[in-house]
Amino acid sequence: MKRSQKEIKEKGNEHMKSLLKATVAAVAFAAAGSAANAADVKACFVYVGPVGDFGWTYQHDQGRLAVEEKFGDKVETAYLESVPEGPDAERAIERFAREGCNVIFTTSFGYMNPTIKVAKKFPDVKFEHATGYKTADNVATYNSKFHEGRYIIGQIAAKQSKTGTAGYIASFPIPEVVAGINAFLLGAQSVNPDFKVKVVWVNTWFDPGKEADAAKALIDQGADIITQHTDSTAPLQVAQERGAHGFGQASDMINFAKDAQYTAIIDDWAPYYIERVQEVLDDKWHAGSAWDGLAEGHVVMAPYTNLPPDVVEMAKATEAKIKGGWEPFTGPITKQDGSVAAEDGVTLDDGAILGMNWYVQGVDDKLPE
Amino acid sequence: MFEAVLLTVITAATPLLIAAVGELVVERSGVLNLGVEGMMIMGAVIGFAVANQTGSGSLGVVAAVVAGMAMSALFAFLVLFLVANQVATGLALTILGIGLSGMIGEAFIGVPGLDLPQLYIPVLSEIPFIGPVFFQQDALVYLSFALVAVVAYCLFRTRLGLVLRAVGDNHGSAHALGYSVLKVRFMAILFGGACAGLAGAYLSLAYTPQWVENMTAGRGWIALALVVFSSWLPLRVVVGAYLFGAVSVLNLHAQALEFDIPSQLLSSLPYLATIGVLVLISANRRLTLVNTPACLGKPFVPDR
Repeated sequence: MKRSQKEIKEKGNEHMKSLLKATVAAVAFAAAGSAANAADVKACFVYVGPVGDFGWTYQHDQGRLAVEEKFGDKVETAYLESVPEGPDAERAIERFAREGCNVIFTTSFGYMNPTIKVAKKFPDVKFEHATGYKTADNVATYNSKFHEGRYIIGQIAAKQSKTGTAGYIASFPIPEVVAGINAFLLGAQSVNPDFKVKVVWVNTWFDPGKEADAAKALIDQGADIITQHTDSTAPLQVAQERGAHGFGQASDMINFAKDAQYTAIIDDWAPYYIERVQEVLDDKWHAGSAWDGLAEGHVVMAPYTNLPPDVVEMAKATEAKIKGGWEPFTGPITKQDGSVAAEDGVTLDDGAILGMNWYVQGVDDKLPE
Repeated sequence: MFEAVLLTVITAATPLLIAAVGELVVERSGVLNLGVEGMMIMGAVIGFAVANQTGSGSLGVVAAVVAGMAMSALFAFLVLFLVANQVATGLALTILGIGLSGMIGEAFIGVPGLDLPQLYIPVLSEIPFIGPVFFQQDALVYLSFALVAVVAYCLFRTRLGLVLRAVGDNHGSAHALGYSVLKVRFMAILFGGACAGLAGAYLSLAYTPQWVENMTAGRGWIALALVVFSSWLPLRVVVGAYLFGAVSVLNLHAQALEFDIPSQLLSSLPYLATIGVLVLISANRRLTLVNTPACLGKPFVPDR
């Protein structure tokens, strides 16, 4: 559920940027459209950020490139980047539909309603919406269980922290982010029941400067482990500079923090994209809701670095346990207000995790409403 | 604690300060360049690329300044000699800068940057509190203060500044007196471009040493707003940039300290503070009118 909101100040220039890029893409698109109808399937992608964000959109584009590599001439791909959520998204999706795309991947939470709307007009085109919850006969949804990775990094944080406090840079108070904070703390509490996490909301997905400032503030206030649910590498760089540690987000960010990164939670969309495009080729595609994690390889842990062997062993054991079917949101779980979220041994169902709007006990923050 | 906050505020305020001072000079000459964001991001990408290729931070900074100037020269050519609309051209410059920087920067995504060395001024930097805050910064921070001082001095204490302000206030009279309005404006625009490029270099080389697309994240627009905020007075730009930086950094500290204030409200504080100060300033209409360049945004076509 990425990017349900955006900072207004960014809107103006994002918008202009997307217009420019859309125009360039459209020209290239028109040129390509007439020449190459040789491909059997045309797969199109709508991105919310620039492909060069080295985070969320970058990883989706890696998935697209994997599709191209796998199918060669049989599949043609196209993409539009930095498409703002809202009316612009509808136009972008509709143009793809008109221009002969067979399957269109819309990769942000805010594209949900535009995708459904366009899908009604084009029943023969297949739509795939990332991180949403609305489906139709020709609209499938897909998402990954990032919280599985966050449980593991929570355990590592609790083992490695000397101050017993981690700093968490959060973007927007939407369920995916809240579930991430909870999973992180549950993992940490499984090692150290008194572990603390300080949460700072930066209200943006992407602003390297602001993310860096948040990391500095958290370190100045006693956190020696930094983790983030925002997209840039800036917080890790700050950790590296200040001798703290942290975790990569969406991509392996080890190049930016050789001594500071313990591991990274990598989004790998390639297996899903290849599988779905194959189904379109074979005419076996049907709508559904995919929600996969470590076991299916959609969430991948980067190599464990800068850690003592026993911690690596613990992380690998937890990773194996999750791959074996264990869910990090398994009771006993107590909510922040003291009420019981899950009894001992009870696992939260998918709906409860995807719609999570409460903190577990121990989070030092009040959930913004 | 206070020292740590202050250190963060300085890095947050410096790029805003540098870009805003440059734009202030441009606007004092009567030209409105809305392309700050575009010039800034070009400075960021070129600065990073050159520093990365040559291994020299200072060369990167120089290249960023040149890149900002090149972008502004394009703007100057369009608005001064072809008399294109300043607002539209400035917006186009921003769009061009963002798109072009994304293309140039593609090879540098995921590449860690060089750190600009911090300058430790001997003896002074060892004074407790004052030392780390004032005398252990990277070179660009000192440069930003020097820049403000020089601009403030030149603008109000030299003939050059008088000519610049005359051109911005009444280009017809300045022209009649024999000053080349276009030449003065051209130089002012180049200066603005150089500052924006420098501010960009600060982002990609000092603030967050890396290149990512769109990394200016709207700071060019904030710099533009700061110029109005300062009512075109250089020293007030310092106040504005540091106020903005301070409020946005304090927001993060307040959250980490678990103050019971909604984070959305805290995030909007820098903007609320800006609006508040603007209201206070505009209460004194006479002062505002005196300082506003009267020919701001008006094209000048010399009649021969």
